[in-house]
Amino acid sequence: MAHEAVIGLECHIQLRTRGKMFCGCPAEFGAPPDTNVCPVCLGLPGALPRANRAAVEAALRLGLALGCAIREESVFARKHYFYPDSPKNYQITQYDRPLCAGGSLPVGEAGGERRYDLERLHLEEDTGKSSHPVRAGDRAFSLVDFNRAGVPLLELVTQPVFREPAECAAFLAALRRLVRWLGVSDGDMEKGQLRCDANVSLRPAGAAALGVKTELKNLNSIRGVERGLAAEIARQRLLLEGGGVVGQATLSYDVEHDRLAVMRSKEDAHDYRYFPEPDLPVLRVVGAVLEAARAGLPELPWTRAARLVGRYGLSAHDASVLCEQRELADYYEACAAVADERLAANWVMTEVLRVLHERAGSIGEFAARVPAVRLGGLVARVAAKEIPGPLAKQVFGWMLDEEGGVDELLARHGVRAMGAATDLRPLVLEVLGEHAAAVAQVLAGSSRTLDFLVGQVMKKSRGQAAPQVVRELLETEFARRAAGESPPRAPRGGP
Amino acid sequence: MSARELWRLPARALATAVRAGECTALEAVSAGWDGPAALWERDVHAIAHSDPGARAAGAGAAPSGPLAGVPVVVKDNLCTHDHPTTCCSRMLDGYQPPYDATVVQRLREAGGVVSGKGNMDEFAMGSSTEFSCYGPTRNPYDLARVPGGSSGGPAAAVAYGLAPLALGSDTGGSVRQPAAFCGVVGLKPTYGRLSRYGLVAFASSLDQVGIFGRHAGDVALLYALLAGPDPLDATSRASLPPDVSGWDGGVEGLRFGWPANLWREGVEAEVVAGLEEAAAWLERAGARRVPFDFLPGEYAVATYYLVATAEASSNLARFDGVRYGHRDPAGHDLHALYTRSRSAGFGAEVQRRILLGTYALSAGYYEEVYLTAQRARARIRREYEAAFSRCDLLLMPAAPTLPFRLGEKLDDPLAMYLSDIFTLGANLAGIPGLSAPVTPAAGGLPRAVQLLGPDDGEALLLRAARALEVRGERARLDRSHEVEFAWPTKR
Ligand SMILES: [Zn+2]
Repeated sequence: MAHEAVIGLECHIQLRTRGKMFCGCPAEFGAPPDTNVCPVCLGLPGALPRANRAAVEAALRLGLALGCAIREESVFARKHYFYPDSPKNYQITQYDRPLCAGGSLPVGEAGGERRYDLERLHLEEDTGKSSHPVRAGDRAFSLVDFNRAGVPLLELVTQPVFREPAECAAFLAALRRLVRWLGVSDGDMEKGQLRCDANVSLRPAGAAALGVKTELKNLNSIRGVERGLAAEIARQRLLLEGGGVVGQATLSYDVEHDRLAVMRSKEDAHDYRYFPEPDLPVLRVVGAVLEAARAGLPELPWTRAARLVGRYGLSAHDASVLCEQRELADYYEACAAVADERLAANWVMTEVLRVLHERAGSIGEFAARVPAVRLGGLVARVAAKEIPGPLAKQVFGWMLDEEGGVDELLARHGVRAMGAATDLRPLVLEVLGEHAAAVAQVLAGSSRTLDFLVGQVMKKSRGQAAPQVVRELLETEFARRAAGESPPRAPRGGP
Repeated sequence: MSARELWRLPARALATAVRAGECTALEAVSAGWDGPAALWERDVHAIAHSDPGARAAGAGAAPSGPLAGVPVVVKDNLCTHDHPTTCCSRMLDGYQPPYDATVVQRLREAGGVVSGKGNMDEFAMGSSTEFSCYGPTRNPYDLARVPGGSSGGPAAAVAYGLAPLALGSDTGGSVRQPAAFCGVVGLKPTYGRLSRYGLVAFASSLDQVGIFGRHAGDVALLYALLAGPDPLDATSRASLPPDVSGWDGGVEGLRFGWPANLWREGVEAEVVAGLEEAAAWLERAGARRVPFDFLPGEYAVATYYLVATAEASSNLARFDGVRYGHRDPAGHDLHALYTRSRSAGFGAEVQRRILLGTYALSAGYYEEVYLTAQRARARIRREYEAAFSRCDLLLMPAAPTLPFRLGEKLDDPLAMYLSDIFTLGANLAGIPGLSAPVTPAAGGLPRAVQLLGPDDGEALLLRAARALEVRGERARLDRSHEVEFAWPTKR
């Protein structure tokens, strides 16, 4: 019997707020251990939590962007479990009355998105970070760094809407793009700013009921999500097809060794003893706050991609690439405001992204060196055929490290753009004079020889000629000769 | 002025003397420790942690405020950066917090000085101060009897004269009942009026910091200095606290409820006689008695113990031996570390309540137990609201008995729980309550009544307490007179 997988995701998004969820300590990453701590996030006796408004606002932004229903009165709850990285031995989270419910995330290229339905989105606090250094000869010990304890998290739970691991990977990539787009999180999976757990079950293809599910933890890269899910689906399929049953369990996936390990089985499932957090009042989101959050939302990536297609005539693919980052889309649009829109798109997607990739820089840093209007100026000259493509790329290279406009750069490097036919005509005639045999072949109908002649002219121009213009000039010249006109005298070099 | 006189002064007079330069803050703070009252401490054992160096440093740093140099005993579950804060539990033995509770900070900012940490039932769970890991506190009026609890230490210290004021906490009567047993004024404010930040939580939705004093005016002063919103406590009320400056304004025209059905049975005759006396005094001062039957939730005790233990089981989860407090050296793996540290660190009563609370929150019982208790709680609050539509205050017993003997209820948790029967309703409803002494019982034991008010009714409570303080007739004739406190006599 063929089986299909049913997958639901639980994503944890670390918010990029200045302070922690329930105290004023910095929520930054990378400080020396236990330096960003206070009585509240250490769970010292007597300390009390207080909700961070900025975290609530970030949650509202994401919730609104995802089209969730925002609960006017949501409730924090305590979730109990003993572990050394949990300072109070309970986590403050939201349980039966989360801040956001429902909603969906569109995934895919403009116009062809598929919306994946969500169950909920709620606020909670992160735990400290345990490490288990092993020292030879010593007793085993563990260390806990509480800097991360209390950092605000959003937990996003999807409906069981995925069938394929690749869908989950695409969903995560889209979620990462969205949280960055909204500025609510840096979404760096390596730094644990975006984490993912998955619930997986198999059922006979076409069946309505869900099978027994397992929970897959610590899928901390997009590749890990895809490969871990594939491994777990394969494991469950093997079990079921061999006539066995899947046992409810929590597993972890080691992406390095492509290995699944059972963390706990059903027998030791936790009773979290949830109950409403008595130290925090009901979280009220008044209309004005909600309206302010709504008004502060940027144009969402999928809306923007659709607009780029409609307004600039870009392909869905190009629009999606440009909307991968909000700053990139901003950069593109600023560029397109002063230059040909499609050409600008090509330049941003090929040249700008290449530089970002090579230099591992951000679009912000790039824009600081090459503002969009500066690149737009160059692209406009290319579009006007005043600067040939190869030369433009050279100019672009100079722009990265030098100040100055296009003309200034050309002058500084002693180059004159040979865009106009009048500039190139003498070179064309020179080449024709030097290659009489080739001329004859072209006249006899060899188009390959024409390519050769174009190349020769390009060479003479030291790459500064636009090939299209050269070709047009050559074709005009051959047309004239074929019509029996006498060739004009090739100019001699120098006076 | 010498320690011989200073220790007898009310807090306001003591602060005035310090501000006027008649004595130093250190002399004021030391008066209780060095003067005649010091004889009591050895027998009463009101103080769990005292530190002359920390007291001297506190006196040296005390600003010249409304409490300049006034020593205040602070219950051992309120965080103090200069004294250990152990909740009188082995679990926290030796623990000294890195910060002051908000109320302690405000106390210091007003010139008050921490005199010592008051003994208490472990984690405030108890009604007799017998469940302290440092040994029990005794009632200064009869050393064979308990001072009440859980804030028995602060109550007894104020009673015998170590300090004119003390801070306690009241989760189900832990300020009002020991105040009654020790013959001092004890105020449990409206929930949210005194910050809980730095109060080691027992039951968050019931806990409230409370004030002990020998005089209603001293309690009013300290309340005015401590009350008010605290950004560090999300459950503190955002509005301005009630103005209690009119504490000496009399009770003319005030209607006090007289729910005599409550003491028809199960209440000692001496306690009932005290109620009659208080009612007569209030009437003589111009107040009006409004008799009616009142049953503040038949299930109040059950409701209280469900809510309180559920929250306690959660609040006490953090004591695990990992970051602070008792850590069992034989805990070789994580599970053993937790179970051994907690089994050895917590006393029997605390363990009993953690187990009860854990059960109440367990899957399958939560709805039946905890949610039902929450519904009952809402109903109890409505019943109090209905009562306050008929009167301004309720007059009722603070406890069904006079101070009982040490050991009398130790082996009977239910009997111990019932000693809170008249006080825990105010915690469930969030309303303020106060106990005030009346004339002692025949054997010389303190006797008191409890007054309950609606939300933010502190000013009314203090006015009534003041009226009782100046004992009826004298309230009208000599209102400004400073009543001499009736000290225990050493026997
Ligand atoms: Zn903190």
